[in-house]
Order: sequence, then structure tokens, then C-alpha cells
Amino acid sequence: MIKILYFASLKEKTKLESEQMEAAGKTIAELRTLLMERHPIKLDGVMTAVNEEFTDEETVLNDGDTVAFIPPVSGG
Amino acid sequence: MKFQLTEEPINVTDVMNKVIQREAGAVTLFVGTVRELTNGKKTLYLIYEAYEEMAVKKIAQIGREIQEKWAGADVAITHRTGKLDISDIAVVIAVSTPHRKDAYEANRYAIERIKEIVPIWKKEHWENGEEWVGNQLETVRYQSGRPGEGI
Repeated sequence: MIKILYFASLKEKTKLESEQMEAAGKTIAELRTLLMERHPIKLDGVMTAVNEEFTDEETVLNDGDTVAFIPPVSGG
Repeated sequence: MKFQLTEEPINVTDVMNKVIQREAGAVTLFVGTVRELTNGKKTLYLIYEAYEEMAVKKIAQIGREIQEKWAGADVAITHRTGKLDISDIAVVIAVSTPHRKDAYEANRYAIERIKEIVPIWKKEHWENGEEWVGNQLETVRYQSGRPGEGI
């Protein structure tokens, strides 16, 4: 299982803070497509972090990973 | 802790004191506050939300980047989360260096990097609505899903 975290607008649109999913072996790009089918969200232009580090589309997920979708940040 | 998030009001002096060192000849402080008017629109209050574990890691990374770029620099950063009213302090950055030029430059670098890589989001609440900043307007886009590396 992998854990997916949602923040800000994504949290509001999915009505979820997190969810678990069987997605080991999938790439971030594949997971992104899957989640856009499942939820009313757009993930284009959204950054991704795996285990609290930014990563790219080709990264393959391992069992136990935590994936966070990070909309454009606006701290400061 | 030199790099932290807090739901409590930030004490500027406390953040500054974390970077006082005998080698320093200058300390610069950046204090980010909640602005009332943005493009003529009146903000009532803001909510800051963070991916806390990662945000603290990324703030600490900015501290390390500064120490690699400016010799002898020390850095402390505190960012507030939760509900903030107009003029409340959202972020305090303190940088000490042996010479003042570096302290100014490094402090500016820190706030610009916060706006690039730290997972914190601001929700504006106006008289007639609310909006997550940096999202709906899609003014910021990332090509590869990864922000710039900085160094």
C-alpha cells in the first residue's frame, strides 16, 4: 500500500486529507492519471513529493511510500 | 530549534536571538506580515496550511543552502500556520553574517526560496469569497513536478 496526501485546494476537492491505495510499481505519472479519474481534481502543474522529498514523473512507487501532491506553494 | 512552524504568534526577538554569534557583525530580519489590500481587494483574514514535516525539512534545507553560499552565516526561520489577521506576522527570517552585505543578500534568498520550495499554502478570505493563492489563477506552473534545486 502507498499513502497519498492532499493539501489546500486538493484536500477540499477530494474531501480527503489522505487515502491508501495499492500502487506499488506504478510511476507518479500513472498514479496521477488514476487519481484524476477517481477524483474531481486536476494534477497538471502540481508538484509531487515522495517521502517528503520532491520527485519527478518517472519515479516508481514502492510499498510503504507516502506520496504528497503539492499545489503551487504560497508561504512567506 | 532554528527552523520551525508554529500556530502561536511569533516573537521576533526570539528568532533573532537564535542567530546571535560572536563572529557576526550583522543580523538582518525579514518580517512578513498579512497585507490588507491586494490589487484593490480587501482581505479579512488568512489561513495558512502546511505539510508540516516536509515544510520543516525544506526550511532547514534553505538554511543549509545559505551556509554553503555565504561563509559564516547562521540562519533561523519561523513560519506561522493557522488563522492570521491583518498585520499579524506570518514569517520571520533572521540571518547573521560577519559582514552586512551578506546578511542582506542571504535573507532575501531565504524568502524567495520559501516561496519556491516550502509546502505552505495561504487561503485568502475576502468580504465576498475565499481562494487558495497560487492555485486557481495558475500563475505558477512547474514543468517537471520538481522545483529548482537552488545551488
